[in-house]
Amino acid sequence: MATTAWVQQQFEQLTRTRVWRSIFRRGPARTNRTRSLAIFGNFSLHILPVKVRDKSLGVRATYYLGSISFFLFVVLSVTGILLMLYYHPAVPDAYRDMKDLVYVVSNGVLLRNLHRLAAQAMVVAVFWHMFHVFYRGGYKPPHEFNWVVGVGLLMVTLFLSYTGYLLPWDQLAFWAITVGTNIISYVPVMGRPLRFLLLGGHIIGQNALLRFYVLHCVILPLAAVGLIGMHFWRIQKDGGLTVRNEHERNE
Amino acid sequence: MSETNKYEVGFSSDATKDPRRIVFITRNTSAKVKGEAGPQLMSYPHLILREAIVFQVLTIILVAVALFWDAPLEQLANPQLTPNPAKAPWYFLGLQELLHYFPPIVAGVLIPTLVVLGLVVIPYFEINIQGEPLWSGNRRRRALILVGVTAALTVLLAVYDAWTVLIPTLLVAALALLPYVQQANPSRFVQFLLSRTVPWWVMTWFIAVALTLTMVGTFFRGPGWSWVWPWR
Repeated sequence: MATTAWVQQQFEQLTRTRVWRSIFRRGPARTNRTRSLAIFGNFSLHILPVKVRDKSLGVRATYYLGSISFFLFVVLSVTGILLMLYYHPAVPDAYRDMKDLVYVVSNGVLLRNLHRLAAQAMVVAVFWHMFHVFYRGGYKPPHEFNWVVGVGLLMVTLFLSYTGYLLPWDQLAFWAITVGTNIISYVPVMGRPLRFLLLGGHIIGQNALLRFYVLHCVILPLAAVGLIGMHFWRIQKDGGLTVRNEHERNE
Repeated sequence: MSETNKYEVGFSSDATKDPRRIVFITRNTSAKVKGEAGPQLMSYPHLILREAIVFQVLTIILVAVALFWDAPLEQLANPQLTPNPAKAPWYFLGLQELLHYFPPIVAGVLIPTLVVLGLVVIPYFEINIQGEPLWSGNRRRRALILVGVTAALTVLLAVYDAWTVLIPTLLVAALALLPYVQQANPSRFVQFLLSRTVPWWVMTWFIAVALTLTMVGTFFRGPGWSWVWPWR
């Protein structure tokens, strides 16, 4: 008990120092004013509303599926950037890098497993999030546009997962992408040019791997970050989550 | 909805004591929508703490599973060696299963496009706004429409032999008809079904079909896309 009090005291002292104040510009968050400042005075937190309805905080209101989707995206970004350090988007070096990750790189297996697991989980979480929002009526006015942004995020998530599928350059990757990209060629008129644009050629080879790599590591993550920012910002601007009770919905 | 003014407008004759201010506050100029009233909590600490816990639990679960579940890695890609069956990633296996039944332009282009368009327009149609249940209004007429639509779908799907689509469709249709058939002292489950709206039924049908197709494509399809039992 004495130790806890001592730690607390030291922390209080720390929050009074000039350096702390210069960073956070507020004291300990004990009043509602300083608690508000903790949100809108913080660069990364100010996308959140200062207050939330207590109804929307309950686990059953959201199952935190949106947050889980976002956190999975964070995990994927971190593990993905680390994986990029060991990866060459070239044929057949890409496959050799996979073998290196398994046999040479420290914790390479864990890194790859984490990235793959989080990717699968994110697809599940995003779908589940969408269905949950639908059944809760979360798409209703004034949230219409945020639902559309969400559909965009679902597409980006699927494309992110799909482009990542080719990168190990093993049999599984090659043939899964073959099956998928063959479907594109059935699009009327635009089909073959579209497939050519995506693959950088008529076959899945070096160019396709490079394009999928750039899509997976640069273009799609940027699109995702933009849309996620918009999605969060709109929640606040649309007046917060509206969680309807069962009886309210049927009225 | 509007905020009440704390200050009254007035004039003071002594300008040296009271500086004159004229303030215009126009209503509804904020980009923010005013939400429903109700008890609210400060995001800090109530939301932040919960988010932090979710993130920690999630990370622990991910690491624990990733320690034991290895990501697959097969042989080096070989365009000359086609595996049988060649499968797409699991979330596209529903589509691949559809491709097995319908022409590629329908299963690969038309249906996905319609699904995405359908999802986008959901909030812009006046659906489910009132939350009116399927079994309200003229019940007999609605039952006839439901049976008619189901029969038409059954014929269409039977022509294409698409029975992995047909079975979930019939199951959901049977569930939807249950409250109509069993009207005398309905159980709690039937009461629940009774209060469901049309969009609820459409979405449930979509999820049932999508889940069935994905499961079948993932576990029950073998060489030449033939039916296999996963435990054999």
